[in-house]
Amino acid sequence: MMSLLIQDQKIIHFLNRISFGATQEEIEKIARMGTPAYLEEQLHPERIPDPLAEEKLRGLKTVRLSSKELFELYPPPNQAKSQGLTISPQMQGPRYVILELQQARLLRAVYSQRQLYEVMVDFWTNHFNVFAAKGADRWLVTSYDRDTIRPHALGRFRELLLTTAQSPAMLFYLDNWMSVSSDAPVRQLTTNGKPPARRGINENYARELLELHTLGVDGGYAQKDVEEVARCFTGWTIRRPRGEAEFRFEPRMHDRGEKVVLGTKIPAGGGMEDGVKVIDLLARHSSTARFIATKLVRRFVADDPPASLVAKAMEAFRQSDGDLKAVVRAIVSAPDFHSPQAFGAKVKKPLEFVASALRTVAADTDAAPPLLRYLARMGEPLFLSQSPTGYPDAGSSWISPDTLLTRMNFAVDLASNRIPGTRVNHEVDPLVLAAPEFQRR
Amino acid sequence: MAFSRRLFLKNAGLGLLALGLPPSFVVRAAEGEKKNRGRILVVVFQRGGMDGLNAVIPFKEPAYYSLRPSIAIPEPASGEERSIDLDGFYALHPALAPLKSLFDQRRLAIIHATGSPDNTRSHFDAQDYMELGTPGVKNTPDGWLGRCLTKNKDDSTPFRAVALSARLPRILAGSARALTMTSVEEFRFRNESFATTLQKLYATSGDPLMQGGAKSLFEGMTVLKQIASSIPPATESYPNGRFGASLREISRLIKANIGLEIAFTEIEGWDTHVNEGGATGQMANRLKELAEGLSAFYRDLGDRTEEVVVITLSEFGRTARENGNRGTDHGHANVMFVLGGSVKGGKVYGRWPGLEPEVLYEGRDLNLTTDFRAVCGEILSRHMGQKDLGRVFPGYKLPARPLGIVV
Repeated sequence: MMSLLIQDQKIIHFLNRISFGATQEEIEKIARMGTPAYLEEQLHPERIPDPLAEEKLRGLKTVRLSSKELFELYPPPNQAKSQGLTISPQMQGPRYVILELQQARLLRAVYSQRQLYEVMVDFWTNHFNVFAAKGADRWLVTSYDRDTIRPHALGRFRELLLTTAQSPAMLFYLDNWMSVSSDAPVRQLTTNGKPPARRGINENYARELLELHTLGVDGGYAQKDVEEVARCFTGWTIRRPRGEAEFRFEPRMHDRGEKVVLGTKIPAGGGMEDGVKVIDLLARHSSTARFIATKLVRRFVADDPPASLVAKAMEAFRQSDGDLKAVVRAIVSAPDFHSPQAFGAKVKKPLEFVASALRTVAADTDAAPPLLRYLARMGEPLFLSQSPTGYPDAGSSWISPDTLLTRMNFAVDLASNRIPGTRVNHEVDPLVLAAPEFQRR
Repeated sequence: MAFSRRLFLKNAGLGLLALGLPPSFVVRAAEGEKKNRGRILVVVFQRGGMDGLNAVIPFKEPAYYSLRPSIAIPEPASGEERSIDLDGFYALHPALAPLKSLFDQRRLAIIHATGSPDNTRSHFDAQDYMELGTPGVKNTPDGWLGRCLTKNKDDSTPFRAVALSARLPRILAGSARALTMTSVEEFRFRNESFATTLQKLYATSGDPLMQGGAKSLFEGMTVLKQIASSIPPATESYPNGRFGASLREISRLIKANIGLEIAFTEIEGWDTHVNEGGATGQMANRLKELAEGLSAFYRDLGDRTEEVVVITLSEFGRTARENGNRGTDHGHANVMFVLGGSVKGGKVYGRWPGLEPEVLYEGRDLNLTTDFRAVCGEILSRHMGQKDLGRVFPGYKLPARPLGIVV
């Protein structure tokens, strides 16, 4: 009996870490097929049919549209007015696009059978954060989620990194699309009396690429490296941010001189490959392996990542050349993953808390604004982290008097069916969802 | 003191008696007056790295105009969109016009070329260092505003430190409990009947993080319930948006006399890498919101301005030279504003380091001549009566000669 309880506890711990909350159904499934087989299935989301999530997302039309279509169909509100658009979602312009994106994220977290995949999508969304309310990004983040993050969330880190580097959403968010070699020929912009376009690098993307996407802030780079990396990425731009939003390399903007990045010489005369070389250099750098391993262990195990587990994850990262499946497998299959200190040690972020509560009560929800507002009040309005760091993972960031109050109010409102658009199917005492234990996973 | 005590009884007492509250509470509140009407420090964090050189313009520095051909703010003597002369050398950005009269009334002090001495240009690290109060040291467990609370006084009021944000900022992290709230009105339970049970659940959870947060929450709620209806509405109109709203709530908490010592709020959107704008545009809009918010707050305080000092902080300044996109990249030294009734304002403090190539920090940024801890430390010691600055800013020694920013 005792060992059975421990076995159950282990399954619940495992599920709470690789999903948005254990459910009875999944607990039974693991009991039937065993954890290793279940994990392998979760590591291959393409093999898991997902009819419920698809059904839930059917009404969200914008998540299937291209950036160009979104810009044409949901122009800025003032423009919509002048075009005589009267359909109400279109009158909201790009705000409606972001709303559907938020709905889709929450619905998938609650209903998708590909739970580990959704956890990884959320992880990379924050790692490669783009603020969806910045200018043209209002129309670009839908494609960023669908075409950049999701195809690689359990793929190879190098591909994920390259795809983000070439995504219009990231190029716009971190300004690289406007970064121009200081030797570039000046284009004369005479339209509406603007002065000529100026030249010079913009180091915003280069810095965050090193600090947040790959090496980590203590990963061994200097200000000079930031500038050199920025020079390598000059010319990586967007055809037209509002409209034909596609990646484009513009040779006239590119700095063709020699660069030295982290001691590696990138010879003069290069073009787009300068940036690709930097991506390759960074993706295989040992600081990157350490940084990504540390963050993933923090996500799956503990805020203060155990060194032994980080070492294992790093090793998996290196041996597999950045295969994210291998890294995740190494972390969640390691014996220390099940150490008693790890049980319930992680605080649920707002998305994790809300999704797990909805899963616990088997809610029927449309994830409409009344529900999304709770997430915002708990500090995590989806896709709206203004800072490039994305939303933090450490528990202390998420628990404060005010966020606890919102969590308690949400628990009571949910359990008593007071959230419009959300219905409880499996009745639960609100105190269960509001309790301190339920704030952790 | 006698006068303020009388005033307090008149204002608060009559209000509460009119509401039919038990006299015992009034008596207790009056006894707590000394404690509950002390000095207050308000910290405003400008996240993203404000471009101090375009906020307070060194218009007599010729290099300023050559470094910034498209975003420089015209000097005060020029025509349209000109800056506002402060002292013949520095000028205010025109969007900061609401602060000019406070400067003239000597209630606003400005410190130029100030900030954190660490050379990081990472938003995250620079904000952390500034909030932890230990530039260069990351593993400091608590924020400096949190540290000035502990041991200083008793913890009888849950309102000693309030952050007007959902999440607790690093600057208040630590041993002392701090309250977070978005507004007085929203700080309440949807269903009171669960409150007692929840309070017990959290108190006995054995989970320090949850216990601490819930303790502040329930205690704060208890106090607010007693006095909520007597908290005066704001008398000034604040700029739209979260920043203005948070200053309005801070002013109400001050007037509620519930023992507020430290308040924190933030204003985002200073990371102007592209199209920063000059006299108008992106940054000008932020400055306008900042200035309108601060001046409304100051006016709203009425006769309480002597008790309050506001400090602004931003993690770093920006490159002296504009970049290729009419913007600026992450830099070093910056500008701080200090506002309050006891501030010796009307002056731009700090030694000006110049903008010539050879004096720029790492060849690109405004050099630092005043550590932000010198400014904060002086205000903590002179205004807040903080005696143990060594604990607030470990490893830092205040300069021998004080700046003299507060009376």
